[in-house]
Amino acid sequence: MAMTNPAKRVTQGQFSFLPDLTDEQITAQIKYALQNDWAVNVEYTDDPHPRNTYWEMYGMPMFDLKDPAGILMEINECRKTFPEMYIRVTAFDNAHGWEAPRMSFIVNRPSREPGFRLHRQSRNGRNIGYSIDAYAADKPEGERS
Amino acid sequence: MSDTETSENALSQDLEILPDDAAVDLQAEFEKSQVQEVLDKLDNELVGLVPVKTRIKEIAALLLVDRLRCRFSLSSETPTLHMNFTGNPGTGKTTVALRMAEILHRLGYVREGHLVSVTRDDLVGQYIGHTAPKTKAVIKKAMGGVLFIDEAYYLYKPENERDYGGESIEILLQVMENHRDDLVVILAGYKDKMDKFFESNPGMRSRIAHHLDFPDYSADELEQIADLMLADQSYKLSDCARRALSEYIPIRTGLPHFANARSIRNALDRARLRQANRLFASGNKQLKKEDLITLTEEDFRASRVFLDGKLDGDLADGTMNEIKIDNS
Repeated sequence: MAMTNPAKRVTQGQFSFLPDLTDEQITAQIKYALQNDWAVNVEYTDDPHPRNTYWEMYGMPMFDLKDPAGILMEINECRKTFPEMYIRVTAFDNAHGWEAPRMSFIVNRPSREPGFRLHRQSRNGRNIGYSIDAYAADKPEGERS
Repeated sequence: MSDTETSENALSQDLEILPDDAAVDLQAEFEKSQVQEVLDKLDNELVGLVPVKTRIKEIAALLLVDRLRCRFSLSSETPTLHMNFTGNPGTGKTTVALRMAEILHRLGYVREGHLVSVTRDDLVGQYIGHTAPKTKAVIKKAMGGVLFIDEAYYLYKPENERDYGGESIEILLQVMENHRDDLVVILAGYKDKMDKFFESNPGMRSRIAHHLDFPDYSADELEQIADLMLADQSYKLSDCARRALSEYIPIRTGLPHFANARSIRNALDRARLRQANRLFASGNKQLKKEDLITLTEEDFRASRVFLDGKLDGDLADGTMNEIKIDNS
């Protein structure tokens, strides 16, 4: 991982190769989502595996909001509750034909991101299967820091 | 959207700190904020209410001067804008709140300028743990605008100690203090009940800067209101009907459940009902436009307020017995 991800940061969703967004930048992004009538929700997880797409939702999804301040309030509460977890903001578009998240970006990371272990599995012949494991999810749920 | 942008730009484009000897033009700033437009609208839409209108102009002036002070970096604290509207039913509290949201938006004190109107039902939950998320959801919706809590005194029910209203009040207090930049809370209700509410919630009282009392309308003002309403609906009064209406208003004022403008609207609605019935019963199938827009004396005189000094459509018998469908 050190070669491909020198900053040792999980890169998922929008803006993840940039330095962490400030609250002001987050507000501007949410504003954009609200202008498009997308429902914004806050989600968290401690397992950064890229195939882990269903993160826990923090509170209810927020419909009919006009101003980002309420969502920022929710983000800050989530940060206070889960300071050592990944937190992301997702904007869902319910328009016919889309019905999918249109935006998703990380707004909080744990202080230490140990990265992933690469498994190589010898298969029939000389084939090798690859898979990865998040070190962060090594311990059972509830015992992770 | 474009409206938002222009008014935001109008006030935020040159907010760099000015030197001490610079001069600012209060009048120009006032015109730029387009507040006068809203104040004019308020004047045209609402009859009377002079003390309220004066107070709103004062608040608008204060906020404008505050903005100018800001530009000399004199004070940077957001003023407390939470308000309390007290007054009898039908005195225009909701309408004024709507205009207030617009004024605050034009002056840049709220970002979106929408009004979220709620009552106890929208804030207080039905079981333990239900209230906080409910209240918070409403607050989040109102952020960037104005939260209007109608009949706010219902939030606090001292006779039931297990009532969840208190929890809602606590959350509101917290938000009113910590998110003053994000939303403005306006409470509304009857004067005596609101006073009692504040007595038992001193924290609420101290967080509200402006207490506006809405006076009852005089008979003349109620007549003007009736005219405005009729003009809105393209009706007019015959001369006799006007006389009947001006006799009706003082009598109705003295009866119970008088709700100012709302009672007038109801009276007009019933007059329209009787007019329709009269036209129908007259059997004259050749109606002119004039017939359709004119309310006559008998439409008003048939009211029970005149006949036996009681309310129309009294709940006691559940009927409006002055209206008789007569097709023969």
